[in-house]
Amino acid sequence: MSILEVQNVRKNFGSTAVLNDISFSLNEGETIAIIGSSGSGKTTLLRCLNFLEKPSGGKILVDGNVIFDAANRAARQEKEIRRQRLNFGMVFQSFNLFPQYTALQNVTLAAELLAQERPDFKQKKKELLAEITERGKKLLADVGLQDRMMQYPHQLSGGQQQRVAIARALSLSPRILCFDEPTSALDPELTGEVLRVIRGLAEKKTTMIIVTHEMAFARDVADLVLFMDAGVVVEEGPAKDTIERPKTERLRQFLSRYAEGEA
Amino acid sequence: MFWRVTFELLRGLGSCAELFALTLAFALPLGLVIAFGLMSKWRPFRNLRTPWLRKWRPISWLTNIIVWIVRGTPLMLQLIIIFYGPGIWFGNNLWAFSSGRMSACVLAFVINYACYFSVIYRGGIEGVPQGQREAGEVLGMTKGQIFRKITLLQMVKRIVPPMSNEIITLVKDTSLARIIAITELIKAGESFMKSSGITWPLFYTAVFYLLFVGVLTILFNSLEKKLSYFR
Repeated sequence: MSILEVQNVRKNFGSTAVLNDISFSLNEGETIAIIGSSGSGKTTLLRCLNFLEKPSGGKILVDGNVIFDAANRAARQEKEIRRQRLNFGMVFQSFNLFPQYTALQNVTLAAELLAQERPDFKQKKKELLAEITERGKKLLADVGLQDRMMQYPHQLSGGQQQRVAIARALSLSPRILCFDEPTSALDPELTGEVLRVIRGLAEKKTTMIIVTHEMAFARDVADLVLFMDAGVVVEEGPAKDTIERPKTERLRQFLSRYAEGEA
Repeated sequence: MFWRVTFELLRGLGSCAELFALTLAFALPLGLVIAFGLMSKWRPFRNLRTPWLRKWRPISWLTNIIVWIVRGTPLMLQLIIIFYGPGIWFGNNLWAFSSGRMSACVLAFVINYACYFSVIYRGGIEGVPQGQREAGEVLGMTKGQIFRKITLLQMVKRIVPPMSNEIITLVKDTSLARIIAITELIKAGESFMKSSGITWPLFYTAVFYLLFVGVLTILFNSLEKKLSYFR
């Protein structure tokens, strides 16, 4: 059974349709890359999955359970959304680390706040917090930042900041990890370290959705690729096949512009 | 004479400091409440047909009008209305108790300054990038947690310079209290001009203001320095 199912999702901003009838599904442990030119709706799709935008229509299912249904208003309650969004982790293009907290605090903050809601928090406060700190340290070590844990975001390079953001997104063990152009705000020499971390996650069979402009990366790391244009899915399929032998003229054009850029 | 003047001016300074401290104690939190009012997005009629009613945000609208009135009229006028108004219009002097004058004064100052503060708060909150709130949201934080744990400190860092301006202005605005016969610094200094025909106590009051503002400046600078650990 697929871990994520997106059914006929639509999104309008005023009278402009940004997403039009988007459907796809994703199996546990798979990585899907969403490609397409700017303004094609990739980021909006990701934001809909994370409830940063409310879809105007359609359904989203995780593990076969409807977590969002535009037709059912009750499911849109704030409390419900808060619970459902923990299914997803999100890594932003602009990192969005909290500047007043150290790398480690950035990773542990959400888990600490969540632990405070547990009925047994008062009795087990020390153990719970120690556990969260340990886990935060491990997550940062996993992205290669064991000796940067006490530094503040402005003391870190862009690549390091984005790796902290990845550790933070993993801190609540989301079912599905989303990346919104994770390397677009980085200098070219810093993209490698971030892509390596994402590649490592793919090898560990983390379920991921990656909006990216890195075609070679999408081809090599993703299992599936989804090509969007003007708010619709134009082509989708296995990543390597689809990128090497596109079936539609539009994807061919899109990819050839990339090839020119890289040559 | 010097010591008598100093003693009287210190008493005047006491009134100023009392008014200053009480105004801050109430206006700082009230300003935040008003700021939330200004930013309220509540649209109770969003499902109706009429376009302007759909867009109407009554809380934001009402607080904007209050802020407009309070910032648009002189504090001196507000002070006079609050102190004399109840007696004139309702035949009932609310302020006829021992510290009534100071209370009326504090009320007027709190309303006035809270409105100025609210606009500064709003600027500070809106200046925090949207991405910060979104990062909190996707981590499952509630709106309250996002405000307290993420937005608040970043807002404070942003508003220290404009707040320091406003608070320094408050020190000098305390001199308006004399309009309802509170002996603040300037009135205390001026009284010697009338009673003994000397003018230097009036200039001497400037030293008190300068010292007061000097201490505040040092405090603001150290707060700014304390918050410089992040960007």
